Amino acid sequence: MTDKKIIYLDNNATTAVDPEVFEAMRPYFCELYGNPSSIHTFGGQVMHDINNARTQLANLLGAGHQNDKGEHTEVIFTSCGTESDSAAIWSALQVCPKKHKVVMSKVEHPAVLNLGYELERRGYPVSYIPVDSHGRLDMERLEEAVDDDTAVVSIMWANNETGNVYPVEKCAEIAHRYGALFHTDAVQAVGKIPMNLSESPIDMLSLSGHKLHAPKGVGALYVKRGIRFRPYLVGGHQEKGRRAGTENVPYMVALGKAAEVAGRYLDDENTRVKALRDRLEAGIAERVPKIRINGDMDSRLPNTASISFEFIEGESILMLMDRLGICASSGSACTTGSLEPSHVLRAMGLPYTAAHGTIRFSLSRFNTEQEIDFVIEHLPPIIDRLRQISPYWNN
Amino acid sequence: MWDYNDKVMNRFLHPQNVGEVENPDGVGEVGNITCGDALKLTFKLDKNGRIADVKFKTFGCASAIASSSALTEIIKGMTIEEASKITNQDIVKLLGELPEEKMHCSVMGMEALQSAIANYRGEESPVEADDDHEGRIVCKCFGVTDTKIRKVALENKLHSCEEITNYCKAGGACGSCLDEIQLILDGLWKDMVPKQEGSSGAKSDFIKLPLIQRVIKVQEVIDDEIKPMLERDGGSIELVDLKENTIYVRLQGRCATCPTANVTLKHVVEDKLREFLFPELVVESIK
Repeated sequence: MTDKKIIYLDNNATTAVDPEVFEAMRPYFCELYGNPSSIHTFGGQVMHDINNARTQLANLLGAGHQNDKGEHTEVIFTSCGTESDSAAIWSALQVCPKKHKVVMSKVEHPAVLNLGYELERRGYPVSYIPVDSHGRLDMERLEEAVDDDTAVVSIMWANNETGNVYPVEKCAEIAHRYGALFHTDAVQAVGKIPMNLSESPIDMLSLSGHKLHAPKGVGALYVKRGIRFRPYLVGGHQEKGRRAGTENVPYMVALGKAAEVAGRYLDDENTRVKALRDRLEAGIAERVPKIRINGDMDSRLPNTASISFEFIEGESILMLMDRLGICASSGSACTTGSLEPSHVLRAMGLPYTAAHGTIRFSLSRFNTEQEIDFVIEHLPPIIDRLRQISPYWNN
Repeated sequence: MWDYNDKVMNRFLHPQNVGEVENPDGVGEVGNITCGDALKLTFKLDKNGRIADVKFKTFGCASAIASSSALTEIIKGMTIEEASKITNQDIVKLLGELPEEKMHCSVMGMEALQSAIANYRGEESPVEADDDHEGRIVCKCFGVTDTKIRKVALENKLHSCEEITNYCKAGGACGSCLDEIQLILDGLWKDMVPKQEGSSGAKSDFIKLPLIQRVIKVQEVIDDEIKPMLERDGGSIELVDLKENTIYVRLQGRCATCPTANVTLKHVVEDKLREFLFPELVVESIK
């Protein structure tokens, strides 16, 4: 296991920490371990480093506002993407006490979707907007669902399974027309899509560190200047009273550094990584019959490929790929222990013949052409082998 | 990540008896592509009525493929009579173990076999018959009937909804039938207790049984009812002695050091022994 070469194509699940990021965070464990709230210089000095990280992140997001001390005030550090999502949506309900409704898509990440179900249990009306067979959002239904009682509309920027990129700015405009706030779960989009939030109508945005080569356990929430916000975690004064809890200094520094590096690689992501993804899809399509490539071909993340291999089951494919060191993930039921294929594939109405055999490959800037070619060479025999066992496969 | 053992992995990687037998004597097909797994089993008998050749084709995960292979290995060479007694437990035994969530793969193997045998005998498949005649559909997502839930629960001694989902999928998708499954289970085991142990009159007879009989009864309840519960939390239990109404046990593993061991003793061990044997039993623990 240890000496097997790993070909990691599961970057929508999590990413490797960039060595440059790791070096940046390292001093904050054993050397600069002070509490940024301390009066003494030893502790207090790290507040400067946190704010530097905040600036790095704000730059990646194009969140330009600074206070008169030159600090970026629109970025709040959190513990993960899920916390950011919850904080944003709960806050919206708190600051608009006369409005009750929440609108979201059917293909949101569980971090948002399950919050929707929880809100329903607590008596809030929640609308779930459907998607078409390519996973594209039904904008007419969105327009119908949003009304004067809507407190917040939450639509993901990019989908983790298909890579579909949603027209979040149009969605934000619809929300604003009815006086609702707009939040986007941009966990998969940040670092892959250029952003300029200063010029955008988006009110709140969630992101996660470990999807962009920072460690797990750190995230952030962007709250546009002028948007009222109520803290989700209440306690100390940290993050200007918007997120209590002693700052996770090394991880904040790491997220800032990761954002800076991601900014440098944005072009690479959209040219080289995209070319690798396209090469993978084309290579598999050429060698394997009866597949479908899922998603909106006109609006997708550059790194994600969702491919359905008909008549076979995803877990078997993953396990045979795993033997070769290839890491990917599946929308199939069996892999997670749940018994139904993923809610995203079902919302798209993907036939069950295909949904159970859907594999997601998600690339990063660390992948190479050799790795992609290795997969193109070794995947077709795996598919063929499993199809020979399948009762539905008829040569 | 599933923790499959070597026996499962070997059969997944090198499954035995893949394919379809030509001109089969029996064909069994269960599952469907919607459910996420399906198995087609074909066999041929020799002139002595033994299964000379058997093959499978399976759509499903690694454990479904391994279970199918194991099934064919078990029944090859058996008579129809012998094969008809094979259950999912035999498949699991050959595989060593399966993750709990994957037990339904072994059940699918058993059902394919039963279906193939019924096909050979010219009878209706017992698996489909469940849906058509016996019972009503409880789990709409996977089309599982109350009859099948009872059958699986009885054969595998299942008491919780979660176990039912693991063994036959029922309740594993939308979850709206979970309450109903629990009601079925409650009813099933409530009915079963008097049947196994006799009427409540028979329960009070427990105390009049010869000592050796009492020890056997207590040991049975400990093995079947109590041990599995404790083992789930990394503990175990041993019967030490028995005097009149008092049963002496020794808690082991994590239970031995657990600060709430006394709660376990009274609410798990004593309750179960009282429920199954005699309402006035007292349990004491020995260090």
